[in-house]
Amino acid sequence: MATFFGINLFALSGQLLVGLINGSFYALLSLGLAIIFGLLKIINFAQGAMYMLGAFFAWMALNYMGINYWAALILVPIVIGCIAILIERFLVRPIAGEDHLYSLLLTFGIALVLQGLFTHLFGSSGLPYKIPAELTGGTKLPFMYLPNYRAWIIVISLVVCGSTWWVIEKTKLGAYLRAGTENPQLMQGFGINVPLITTLTFGFGVALAGFAGVLAAPVYSVSPDMGSNILIVVFAIVVIGGMGSIGGAILTGLLMGVIEGLTKYFYPEASATVIFLVMVIVLLIKPAGLFGKEA
Amino acid sequence: MSSTGEKLRISDLHAYYGESHILHGIDMTIMQGELVTLLGRNGAGRSTTLKAIMNMVGRRTGKININGNETIGMPAHKIAHLGVGYCPEDRGIFSSLNVEENLMLPPNVRSDGMSVEEIYEYFPNLAERRYSQGTRLSGGEQQMLAMARILRTGANVLLLDEITEGLAPVIVQKLAEVLVMLKERGLTVLLVEQNFRFAAPIADRHYVMEHGHIVEEVQKHELEAKTELLNTYLGV
Repeated sequence: MATFFGINLFALSGQLLVGLINGSFYALLSLGLAIIFGLLKIINFAQGAMYMLGAFFAWMALNYMGINYWAALILVPIVIGCIAILIERFLVRPIAGEDHLYSLLLTFGIALVLQGLFTHLFGSSGLPYKIPAELTGGTKLPFMYLPNYRAWIIVISLVVCGSTWWVIEKTKLGAYLRAGTENPQLMQGFGINVPLITTLTFGFGVALAGFAGVLAAPVYSVSPDMGSNILIVVFAIVVIGGMGSIGGAILTGLLMGVIEGLTKYFYPEASATVIFLVMVIVLLIKPAGLFGKEA
Repeated sequence: MSSTGEKLRISDLHAYYGESHILHGIDMTIMQGELVTLLGRNGAGRSTTLKAIMNMVGRRTGKININGNETIGMPAHKIAHLGVGYCPEDRGIFSSLNVEENLMLPPNVRSDGMSVEEIYEYFPNLAERRYSQGTRLSGGEQQMLAMARILRTGANVLLLDEITEGLAPVIVQKLAEVLVMLKERGLTVLLVEQNFRFAAPIADRHYVMEHGHIVEEVQKHELEAKTELLNTYLGV
């Protein structure tokens, strides 16, 4: 067994890999939250439920309609994005002028309803979803065995997060988003349909959660509470990264996954709480978050 | 229908922020190529008049005809596309965008706006600092950027709110030159202005506002005769 100053490299790199995979999901989910918070100033508590919905839709598509993983990876986020657009248009927008607490309670309610519905329909034990045939097997690396599907998760979520960052920070559409975040009224005055952009942004942010759900289906069991379990951690990550910072949400997501993985190796008892510990420290030292702008 | 040459006609405009009634029946008409100022004390309703034209207030009633289109029931994002450019009092430079992104941000509303090359030639400071964060510019540069931004879109009715406020005399001089250039190009300008000495030589007409009403209309040639009256309204 490969050891280095008493560190078991095989076990350590295994935990690092698990950390990176968790981090990939954290990054996708917190990126969606950050985008939605930036433009709508809504803390979307339903983001976890939409992630769960993504996994269930992938499972249902495969088992009821024979739609395979690859098609689901494209179709499910689109369907979930459309559901989100309906939610924004008919539930969120009517309370847009009210205190933010209302939208928080609304999305929390939506999350509970969805979670309850799927517990009722499928039970809480979890459903299996097979890894697609193209991605079974793995690669032997010097210190570890890297399953292909896990490598795929890391690569594709980096690609999706990276392109989202690029669109928001480097394109004209992204400039509309950033400016709309800062001063929506003036953007309207320039002739830009801000309500439309807001709706589409909400749809996209939630679709990211749906995408993460499909991606997660083969590695985590598809269960109604998978969303609520991950959401609390993701909120901590958004707070650490800084509310509304796009790049911050992605980097912090990955980083916290890795920190969690390292903790699992060095001091497993703390692995479930280490992210909250980081959150407390960051809030004490830099209340706006690592990448957030001071208000 | 409006006659040709009439760019902006406002009749019996009332505007409200929540429960407060800010504008009490404003009437004004601005012809093509005119530069008209809205004078008055702080809180008289001048900025609100511009915002009401842009549909940026809570509620408004009356009639606002822009370039021949009735806009009172129009959503805010459609108004710019009638050829209106709005420069807010705080200049509205976006801190999350650099100078060039700020400049390119508003969509073109007509086809004959100034080209980016023309703008950079006219405002060389903006060209020099095109990759700086928008809000890192000096106040004067930010004001130039806010003006350049709407000139690029081809807007031919400009609503400018306190563009000289807090700026050094040399910048104010440059802004006066810009306004004269715009007049020469046939653009129509409604200018909210505190600095009467800046506005008097370049404006064709002045409306004086008080408590949400227009209380006086002064033509350029009447300025001297009505100086006394203006002084009492403006409290200078």
